[in-house]
This record gives sequence, structure tokens and C-alpha cells, in this order.
Amino acid sequence: MNIIVCVKQVPAKDAPLAISADGTWIRESDIGFEMNEPDSYALEEALRLKEKHGGEVVALSMGPERVKQTIKEALAKGADRGIHVADDKFFALDPLASAKSMAAALKEQKFDLLLTGLQSDDHGFGQTGVLLAELLGLPHATIIMQIDVTGDHMKLKRELEAGWFQWVELPLPAVLSIQSGINKVRYATLKGIMAAKKKEITSIPRESLGVTAELTQKVERIYVPQKTKKTEFISGTPKEAATKLIEKLKHEARVL
Amino acid sequence: MKILLITEQREAKWNKTSLETLAAAQQIAKDTGGTLSGVVIGNGVAALADDLAGKELAEVLLVEHELLSAYTPDGFSLALSQVIQQVKPDLVLLPHTYQVRDFAPKLAASLGKGMIGDCIGYRYENGRLVFVRQMFQGKTAADVTFQGAGPWFATFQAGAFRADLATAHSGGKAPIHKISVELSADKIRTKPLEMFREAKQAVDLTQAPIIVAVGRGIKAPENIAQAEKLAHLLGGELAASRPICDEGWLPMERQIGSSGQTVAPKLYLALGISGAIQHVVGMKGSRTIVAVNKDQNAPIFEIADYGIVGDIFEIMPALTEVLEKL
Repeated sequence: MNIIVCVKQVPAKDAPLAISADGTWIRESDIGFEMNEPDSYALEEALRLKEKHGGEVVALSMGPERVKQTIKEALAKGADRGIHVADDKFFALDPLASAKSMAAALKEQKFDLLLTGLQSDDHGFGQTGVLLAELLGLPHATIIMQIDVTGDHMKLKRELEAGWFQWVELPLPAVLSIQSGINKVRYATLKGIMAAKKKEITSIPRESLGVTAELTQKVERIYVPQKTKKTEFISGTPKEAATKLIEKLKHEARVL
Repeated sequence: MKILLITEQREAKWNKTSLETLAAAQQIAKDTGGTLSGVVIGNGVAALADDLAGKELAEVLLVEHELLSAYTPDGFSLALSQVIQQVKPDLVLLPHTYQVRDFAPKLAASLGKGMIGDCIGYRYENGRLVFVRQMFQGKTAADVTFQGAGPWFATFQAGAFRADLATAHSGGKAPIHKISVELSADKIRTKPLEMFREAKQAVDLTQAPIIVAVGRGIKAPENIAQAEKLAHLLGGELAASRPICDEGWLPMERQIGSSGQTVAPKLYLALGISGAIQHVVGMKGSRTIVAVNKDQNAPIFEIADYGIVGDIFEIMPALTEVLEKL
């Protein structure tokens, strides 16, 4: 079973974000990056499927040179090879143009399953998997909590809202967006990190893919959101703050 | 501007985000001087079309087919693309539900169009619509505009608009038009099977007057007991954000947010919760929100009434001590 897994590199969770001079993105120079957490669940699921059914796992990532580090992390965890779609201005693409580029980069690849995470922790579009399915002419399912493959079919557990789930069946090949929490993500071992050094990463410049998608949407500016509520900050030592808070909850908010 | 609202129902009951998006669509129609049509799609959903017709809109479009009885991304995309090609709207609005996430990007792309998803608001300025959505897990907001020709697709987050602000039809009822769509079973590749709930819910967080919720800041499962003690002292229930339940530190039934429970207690105490959108939609209706977080820029403070910037491992014992003395 050959599996492609899309992994995005995003600013590290604790990175202090500063908005760039033109106001449409963040200042990248000051911060660290890491694998998008929802994608790490998709990668883990791909590795588990490979361990069960055989085949190979290919990690695909788009972005500037630095995203190779995220591909290397996937290789260290057990992916077999990587594809890097190189684009320094990846952040400025809209979901459709990104998906068209990825779909073009995957044209030569033979795979049974294409996995993505639920959404990215930076843009948070949450559209890539569904768009790839449409562009590649494949069936899809999203927010997947369990995958049981039998022959050329699979039974999937989809999460619905408010604690509901649903079983659905899909033929292979297909595209699945994986729900975070589906599995326990592994750490890379030292052996894995060493082995990754010998694994291949194919770099494809995005402009060579011939995708001339006009943007359907544009981020005009990003900004720190205005507060909708006035927060009363309570200061002091932990004991002072706790005493003041309980006092306020009793006498001001009257909820205790 | 011609606006098309696509509503969502399951087993002939509204998904309540549909009615919130109706309120948004009505407001956009008013601001832009546009007309609003509302789609009800499914099978055996005429009663919902009738209900929607009581709201302020130009017409209700009823799209029924036996292959739309159960939701499939193929079935809904194929049906709705036929509706859109017939109606030719400029703007298509949908509630940002799990189901919409599953088919709307496909629907838009099948028509060569894009979608601005998960919007929390909009502005109409200088004759154009600017949509506001969150980025970086709510740490920043973004103003986003459509480029190129419509139809444009946008979805609104749960809780972004108030359903009770949707206005009723001024002159009785809007007309209901049936739109027939052609679907064949061989074009639908998903086979939907049964829906179910996981283990029986032992706790109903929606009824709890006070909720103490923990997030990533709790760091390890053995620390949860401290928050639990606090919840007990306050006479409330313990809850958590998604990552905590994903880790298995608390059962899924205690999860607050878009994939868990939506609650509105009189007091919500958020401990070490950053306030990602997915969590906030499940609790922002709470009467009084208290947030304790070491990061003063955490988005949770945007909706908090009271905030303490500090280490929860110092604040939790201090609160416990104060409450024990009461």
C-alpha cells in the first residue's frame, strides 16, 4: 500500500508572532518552525498502515527551503522518501492554488492513499485534502478517527459533531483528512534519524509545475484581534490574586 | 448581489449554525442591497423549507432526491453545483460545520472557484465585502477579500452570528421553489453507514453551573487531580480542551469545543487553555469566564472577564486554599 502524506511546516507553538512590515504575514526571521501538529497524526497513521499492509510512505511538503527540515523529520520517523515543492512565497497562495500545485506535483506518483491533517495551525484553511480529492478525481472523507483497509476498500470512522460518529465505506485510491487524536504520535529514534540521512528528497520548483492558478482570495492584512470583552486582569502574588478573584466572583460577578 | 444560503439539516432537524448563517446572510443582503435565496437540501425536508420560508428572504429552494437522504460529499456537491449553475448567485454562504468542511471546498473547486472558510464576521466597505477569519489558532485575525469573478463561497463559524437575530418574513411567507437535480448512484463513491455515539455519556456538562476546564498547560495527567479538587470545591464539573482528551488524560465526554460539548455555565474557569478557535466556540457563551494562563497574549484572554497571567501550578493551590477557608 503506497501512501502520500502531506505535511506542512508552521511556526512553532510557542513562537512569539510579530506581523510583517506589509501586514499580510508574520516576520519569519525571528521564529522557529515545526511540523503542523494535525499533520503529525496523518503521518503516524500512514506509518501504521505501512507497517500493517507494506508499501511505502512518501512525505510531501510545500514551502521555502526550511520545510525540508519537516520532511526530514517525517523520514526520521519512518517515511521512505520526500517530495519538496519549493516556493518561497507559499504563504501567499490561496487554498485552491496550493492544492493545484500539490496535485500537479503528485501527477507522476502512484499511490493508494493520500493523507492530510485536519487543518494547519497557521492559515487554518482546512481545505487541502478535500481540494486534492476533487482535483485528482478521487473520493474522500474527512475527520477520520479509524481506518480499516480490506482489499480495494476501506471502512472509516468519521467524527461528526457533538459526540456523534459515522462509519463510511470508500474505494481505494482515496484522500483522507485525519482527525487529531486518532493515534499516539511516535518520536523519531536515533536510528531513524541516521537512516533518514540516506533517504531521498526530490525538490520540484513550484513554477516548473505549470500551475498558473489565479488567486480566488487574498489576505489583505492580518492583525491582533480587538478584544470583544474587557478583561479585568488580576495581579499580585498567587495568594493575593486567588483571594481577589474569589472575592470578585462572589460579589461582582455573583457566580459563587 | 445575489446571495445563496445553503442550510444544513440532519434527520429533518436544523443544524443550529444554519440559522446563525441565515442571520449573517440577511445582514449581508441588507448591507449590499442584495437578494437572498435559501436552499434546503435532503430528502423529506419540505417541513424545514416551510420553516425557512417564514424568515426574511426572497425565496426558498427545496432540493430533494432520494440519493440525498444520507449525506455524501459526492451527492451533495453534484446536486448543489446544479443548483448554483441554475440560480447563478454571486455569493454562496454556508455554516462552517463538519459536514460543510467535507464538501464545500470540493463544490467550489468543481466550479473553479475558491472558498473563504471559517469566517467570524464581515465588513461591507467601499462597495466590497471583506471577510474576517482567524489565523494562527486565533492569535491573529485576517481581512480576506475575494479575487476574480463569482460565485464566491464563504462559511461562517458557529457562534459568529446570533440565530435569534434572524428576522422573520415581513409579508407572510417567502415562496418555495422546488429545484430538481439529476443524480445517479454510480457517481456517489462514498457508502454512508450507521451513525452512533461512543460510550454512554455519564456526565452532562451542558447542565453544569460551574465548569473548571484544563488545557495543555496542565502538562501531565497526574496534575489533573489539582483541577478536579478545585472543581469539587466550586461545586462544578471538570472539563478539558481537545488535546487533553486526545491524550486520553480525560474521557472524550469531558471535552469542550467544536468536536465536543457546547456549554454556557454561569462560571467557566479556563486553566492553561490557550483559547484556540475550536475550544472557544464551545464555551464563549458562558456568563463569566476566568482565564489563567502564563502567556498574556493567549487568545483566551480576549473573551475572559477576569484574567490572571501566571503559572496555573501556583494559582490552583492558592485558589484551593482560599476556597477551603470559605
